[in-house]
Amino acid sequence: MSTAGAAPEPAIVVDHLRVVRGGREVLPDLSLRVPAGQVVGLLGPSGSGKSTLIRAVVGVQEVAAGSVTVLGHPAGSSPLRHLVGYVTQSPSVYDDLTVSENLRYFAGVAGAGPAAASAALDEVDLVDHVGQRAGALSGGQRSRLSLACALVGDPQVLVLDEPTVGLDPILRRDLWALFARLAGQGRTLLVSSHVMDEATRCDRLLLLREGRVLGDETPAELLERTGAADADDAFLRLVESAAGSGRGSGS
Amino acid sequence: MSTRLTLLTAGRVLRQLRADPRTIGLLLVVPCVLIGLLAWIYDGTRVFDRIGPALLGVFPFVVMFLVTSVATLRERTSGTLERLLTTPLRKGDIMAGYALAFGAAAVLQALVAVAFSVWVCGLDIAGSAALLVVVAVADAVLGTALGLLASGFARTEFQAVQFMPAVVLPQFLLCGLIVPRDDLPSVLHGLSDVLPLSYAVDAMTALATSVDSAASAGRDLLVIVGFTLVALALGSLTLRRRTP
Repeated sequence: MSTAGAAPEPAIVVDHLRVVRGGREVLPDLSLRVPAGQVVGLLGPSGSGKSTLIRAVVGVQEVAAGSVTVLGHPAGSSPLRHLVGYVTQSPSVYDDLTVSENLRYFAGVAGAGPAAASAALDEVDLVDHVGQRAGALSGGQRSRLSLACALVGDPQVLVLDEPTVGLDPILRRDLWALFARLAGQGRTLLVSSHVMDEATRCDRLLLLREGRVLGDETPAELLERTGAADADDAFLRLVESAAGSGRGSGS
Repeated sequence: MSTRLTLLTAGRVLRQLRADPRTIGLLLVVPCVLIGLLAWIYDGTRVFDRIGPALLGVFPFVVMFLVTSVATLRERTSGTLERLLTTPLRKGDIMAGYALAFGAAAVLQALVAVAFSVWVCGLDIAGSAALLVVVAVADAVLGTALGLLASGFARTEFQAVQFMPAVVLPQFLLCGLIVPRDDLPSVLHGLSDVLPLSYAVDAMTALATSVDSAASAGRDLLVIVGFTLVALALGSLTLRRRTP
């Protein structure tokens, strides 16, 4: 199956994806590729369609047109259930269960053993909270538990919706280091964020605004192309130049 | 569907229930308090012997309907359902897991309620008390199945709670508890024939009042199981993986 010499197959392929939510066209016509084995940041302001794209990638979003393919399979199809890990925007764990009960359940669902559960616990640094109820954890701890519940399944593709929201700078740094480590193991990570300065942590960036791709490049390429000092500035310049070239569509 | 995943999910639901002792207390105590109250109201008459068995069929149904519809709605709104639907877990595993877990809780509830009715309130049971427990558990699982189905149509917890009177009260009024079903106007009698709670109350009443009632109660039990399976199948249709 491996095509030696050729460019590696992208892990995620989105082709002319159109999504309408509540009568609003959130993604009018989106096409993009996510390369395998990298941390790809999906950046954009809230309302830009990041969560919708992520939901389409994991196959829980109703789609009006177009296709999403993950590891060669249609998004959400049953071979992917063992291969894709999904971390929702608000932590989706059972508040009335303890940390270890949550992990053991999600490990069991993914067909993994208790060893995977304790390894995941270790990765997100929650070992000291094993017996605590998830509802009693701090916001940051809950979102790390939610991440661990996706890691237990040993996914090849990990899709994370705003995993660093509300975390202090140290935890954010640790989390990005974990993402890099996971990508180093050959996994693909699609991580959304509305915090532009997290762009530098990614191998590659997808800048999204109003359901359209403004940029698809490495952080260095983005800064070079726009001549900006940081990602925030680069984003502003891209928005301005897009508004300049396509007058009448922006407000 | 997988037995392993169903049992795993049932275990998880029971663990959630165990983490909430107040709910367990309410599940076990409230039916007893209400039955005790009625026994006291009708003290010295034969009325309690008529409606007591029926109540043993009604309470597990109502309580489990409510508990299940709120529990599954929580699963939807907390995002855990969306996450589960991206895992190897199937919809049938989720439905059966819930039915199994609340069915197990219902066994405990039925044992306590029947024991309380017979030993404390002096309810006369002509038939088999064991079968009475079986029917009560079937009723509870029916309540769970309908609760799962109803929660598919509720977007908020307010709506979920409102489904209780909407789904349960008409059945309560027509099941023969207030007026025997044979005395109902013919249209209402026909309507009561297609409502599952009627069969639960028929079975309970037969078991309590007649010695050789096992066969007719068994038929009613089959009808209840049929309704349960249909509700579970319809309920799993409301668990849609892709949402707008």
